[in-house]
Amino acid sequence: MDTTLNKAGMMNILEIKDLEVKVEDKVILDSIDLKLRAKESYIMFGPNGSGKTTFVNAIMGLPQYEVASGKIVFMGRDITEKGVDERSRLGISVGFQHPPEITGVKLSDMFKLCLGKDLKDEFSEEEKELIEAFKLTEFLDRDINVDFSGGERKRAEVLQMIFIKPRLLLLDEPDSGVDVESLKLIASEIQRYVEDTGSSALIITHKGDILEHIKAKYACVLLEGKIHCFGNPKRIYETIKRSGYKECVVCEERAIEGW
Amino acid sequence: MTRVPHKILEEAYKVGIDPVQKNRSGTLLHVDQTTIYSKVNEFFKGKIELMDTKEALHKYPWLRDYRWRLVEKDKDEFTKKVAEDFSGGYFMRILPRAEVTFPLQSCLMITKSDLEQRVHNIIIAEEESKAHIMTGCVQHSAVENATHLGISEIYVKKGAKLNFTMVHNWSEETSVRPRSAALVENEGAFVSNYICLRPVKDVQMYPVAFCNGENSRASFNSILYGHKGSSLDIGSKAVLNSRGSKTEMISRAIAREGAKIIVRGMIEGNNPECRGHLECRGLLIDDESFIQSIPELIARKRGAEITHEAAVGKISEKEIIYLMTRKLSRDQAVSTIIRGFMDVSVMGLPESLNAEVDRIVDLVAEAS
Repeated sequence: MDTTLNKAGMMNILEIKDLEVKVEDKVILDSIDLKLRAKESYIMFGPNGSGKTTFVNAIMGLPQYEVASGKIVFMGRDITEKGVDERSRLGISVGFQHPPEITGVKLSDMFKLCLGKDLKDEFSEEEKELIEAFKLTEFLDRDINVDFSGGERKRAEVLQMIFIKPRLLLLDEPDSGVDVESLKLIASEIQRYVEDTGSSALIITHKGDILEHIKAKYACVLLEGKIHCFGNPKRIYETIKRSGYKECVVCEERAIEGW
Repeated sequence: MTRVPHKILEEAYKVGIDPVQKNRSGTLLHVDQTTIYSKVNEFFKGKIELMDTKEALHKYPWLRDYRWRLVEKDKDEFTKKVAEDFSGGYFMRILPRAEVTFPLQSCLMITKSDLEQRVHNIIIAEEESKAHIMTGCVQHSAVENATHLGISEIYVKKGAKLNFTMVHNWSEETSVRPRSAALVENEGAFVSNYICLRPVKDVQMYPVAFCNGENSRASFNSILYGHKGSSLDIGSKAVLNSRGSKTEMISRAIAREGAKIIVRGMIEGNNPECRGHLECRGLLIDDESFIQSIPELIARKRGAEITHEAAVGKISEKEIIYLMTRKLSRDQAVSTIIRGFMDVSVMGLPESLNAEVDRIVDLVAEAS
């Protein structure tokens, strides 16, 4: 049987099997199982320090996140041993919560790299329009992330991802430190990209506002390195708001197998 | 420029000297001990003057007052040697209110082995003038064991703006000892850019700007790419003497293949309403090389606001990984960061000159 097909006969874009991840020899994620379908957006909730960032960075393959056991399968291919750059070329992209500043590398350079252009190439009209829509035109000649505000960083991260044209977008708190207007812009552009290209997204968040713009059928809760709950994003968010994350531990038995 | 030997023109091109002179306001070539070519583009006549320093001293007796006014004759053995005897150099004068948008280019070359070139340059930016000057220093690849001693005295008069860019392209056998000083008057602005990308035996310099006028400004930017055992000891010093005097110093140093780089910076605040900032970043590519950053801040009046930041180390792994999540291989990520590190947009150059400096940096980046 093709393991990339789920029960509904749909293709799974990502399958995580019994994943254990260590950072500096400390176990951060333990026996995680997760399947993401193609053409779906997912939400991941979880308190600070629960391992959400570790989770996306491990899928992206960042070297300091050591996969101690388990498997990561992307579009039917075991990528557990593959490097960051190879994963990005295969179609995984991450929007970082705290992207680094790089002196001398311009935002326009980053966009061109993401687009696979030479740094001396020009942007097409279409690309220029998108940059303008993200309100980043005036930042093109600025060093990437240097003195960018929270909203500017996040807009730059999301547009870089869109230019990469990934099949799977991993967004680490795209809504943190972002003003209302930027949040609406970022979220609706992610939603549009996912719809237009038939790709999938996994969005880490603490807040409910982003749910207004992202059409996600499912959410899960990551608590102390384990996935505790699957279900309707808005319902889970209401529960967390009402009773806190402790409720997610209590109702663990209600968790369904897969999504 | 047809009288100039082709080989010399080729070398000059490498440091950004454009033999076609299309977009140039003036050109001066000083080879070994003689000025062999000096010309001001027709279009800029009446805006600038350019000639050999010896000729200028003969023509303008008042110029004697400008010589050895900023640099002390007996500062060190090198200044003493030039004071004893010198072979010329360039005298440039941007006339009052003239705007020279295109760079003046001067090129000092050594073509013979064991030669000690001693030059004395004087630049005067007259009141309310604006100019970009780019000078290159080159020599024939075959030359061994040469020394370049260059005194430069720069005067930025009231309201004048002078952007001075120096590109060094010496050989691995050359010792270089420039001795430069600038005086900035009221509302004047002096920008000194220094670019050293090719291997050299050793360079030692510590140019100084005296910001004597009210709201006088001095900026120093340097991009140092030390490789193949080059030894660079590069400093910049600003003396802030007046109300509103300001300085900004930015240096970027890359050391590899046994290079030794010392980056010094000194800001001296002698007025309660002066401000200065010094920024030094160094990238150490291997363990055979060495970078030392020595910032010095001196305050003599309580209101003086003087700051610095310095960071020296290897290329950040986080930055490399970040670029690798954008489809780049590790090697591509490293070269992108190094190329970005040598970004010249901080230098405030006009577009034509920016493109030219970029071209030189590209040549070096590709070769390494």
